Amino acid sequence: MTCWETIGAYAFRSIGYGERLLPRTDFTLCQQFTLIGSGLIWNVYFGVVALIFGFVLANAIAFAKASHNPLVRKPAEWFIFLFRGSPLFIQFFLAYEALQMLPRAGIDVFGITVHTSWTTKAWAGALFVLFLNTAAYSAEIFHGALRSIPKGDLEAAEAYGLTGFAKFRRIQWPTMLRLAWPAYTNEAIFLFHSTTLVFFSGFPAFQQRGDALYYASYFADKTFNPFVPYPIVAGYFIALTLLLIWLMSAINTRLNRHLPSNMSGKIRLRPQVIR
Amino acid sequence: MFEICADPKSLEGLTWLSCYLTSGKHMNMYWAFGTVLLLLAVTAPIAMLFGFFGAMAARSQYFALRLIGKGYTGMVRGVPDIVFFLFFVIALDQGIEYIMHLLRCPDWTEPVRNGLEFRVCPQAKVPLGSAPQTVHQFYGFMLAVLTFALVFGAFAANVLYGAMQAVPRAQLETAEAYGLSPAQVFRRVLVPQMWVYALPGLSNLWLILIKATPLLFLLGVQDIVYWAREMGGAKTQAFDYPHPDWRLYYFLFLLVFYLAFTRVSEIVLNRISARLSKGQATAAGEAMRKAGL
Repeated sequence: MTCWETIGAYAFRSIGYGERLLPRTDFTLCQQFTLIGSGLIWNVYFGVVALIFGFVLANAIAFAKASHNPLVRKPAEWFIFLFRGSPLFIQFFLAYEALQMLPRAGIDVFGITVHTSWTTKAWAGALFVLFLNTAAYSAEIFHGALRSIPKGDLEAAEAYGLTGFAKFRRIQWPTMLRLAWPAYTNEAIFLFHSTTLVFFSGFPAFQQRGDALYYASYFADKTFNPFVPYPIVAGYFIALTLLLIWLMSAINTRLNRHLPSNMSGKIRLRPQVIR
Repeated sequence: MFEICADPKSLEGLTWLSCYLTSGKHMNMYWAFGTVLLLLAVTAPIAMLFGFFGAMAARSQYFALRLIGKGYTGMVRGVPDIVFFLFFVIALDQGIEYIMHLLRCPDWTEPVRNGLEFRVCPQAKVPLGSAPQTVHQFYGFMLAVLTFALVFGAFAANVLYGAMQAVPRAQLETAEAYGLSPAQVFRRVLVPQMWVYALPGLSNLWLILIKATPLLFLLGVQDIVYWAREMGGAKTQAFDYPHPDWRLYYFLFLLVFYLAFTRVSEIVLNRISARLSKGQATAAGEAMRKAGL
């Protein structure tokens, strides 16, 4: 089997296309690169989708936490504490067991049967946990940024007659994003890193369709040689991280475009938010 | 444990529950909480040590040493920590066995890595194949501690490196002007002053370390996650205490344990931080002065 044939057979193995059987003997470097790269599709899927939906929810929760009404503020505070105070690993396990408790036959809602079995699959269940988790971490970042909006900016907005939603949309929200963006970039990077936990935490890899680390540990188990597959995963993730930093920096530049170039917040990686 | 628990099948209600929760396997599970706390207690100082030397190396004036330090501090940035956990446990194990192999069997001719096998001579096995089960468990735990310390040492190195950079340059220059040697400047001026800057990062690191302990499960240690899965699974009538699938409740209990642990740590760390900030010429100290504390 040449390397091109291997790539053809395994490039989309993680999402169910190509060769069914994983290689069992005579592991080549090409196979390891291809399969682990194929698994990266899952990491990107979990990361991107959770990040996009989490961003929306995080904004809502950040503003809820900044609210003066305790009925709105308290639930937001508890939500953030729950997801930031406990390990993601336990959250995955708990969610999997909880979703398994749903009735097998589906729930009857007004005569329509809502199926529940799909929720225990990794693509839905794990994604849901990651979505809530990143929403909680990002909400804390956004809340911090919201509190550090310069007082003068808000007063200036009011002086110009901006109130209510107009003030929020044109002043508060963009300033919050601008201030939070370096920290949010950090959060995004570590969200991608934590997607590797999914298939080690109860969610089964259906028909051996797993993520990058799943295939890497498969190879490490089969070959008793950790020195090839794990560096490959590491290489893929460094590339992914660099791509993410580049993308987020581009957005950062756009958010800061009205400021002189020496005043924009610089994105620095601070490894402080692993779960 | 209690006398009444001799025949579990005849029990009901609260007595059943109290007997169930004190069964031998549950006692093992409670000990596993001790394992987690022990891991934290042992890992934290070792990781600090690794971090300290990592940060020192990253600031070194020698290029090779600086490269090692920068590489060590940088390694956790781009790569998920769980990759390191899975990697180091096997790599350390094989590394130790390979060194033992070289020491104990110098005239062994077969290659160690032969195709898909990693085979050292029987005397080089760590621990020896004849060793009792507890030694194997202890060795597994020590490997886990070393792995945690290596990964968290890299995180700590990041924090301490930042703290060392944050000490005002003027302080070091003053010390140099008084004729202190570089080693003296480091020991007498830099290190005592850096802790205030390092504390927020280190408290954060402690909370992260707590939340990383369930990963012990992946390293093959029988920790609380292992026991929660084991005990929670459905038990048929063949068992002393039959029950349906209760894993949800066991994991809920773990969640509460971690939340409580995090909360208590936060409160303690806030107290320490307040104590260190008192009377300091920092923003936190100034806020305390204004509040009249």
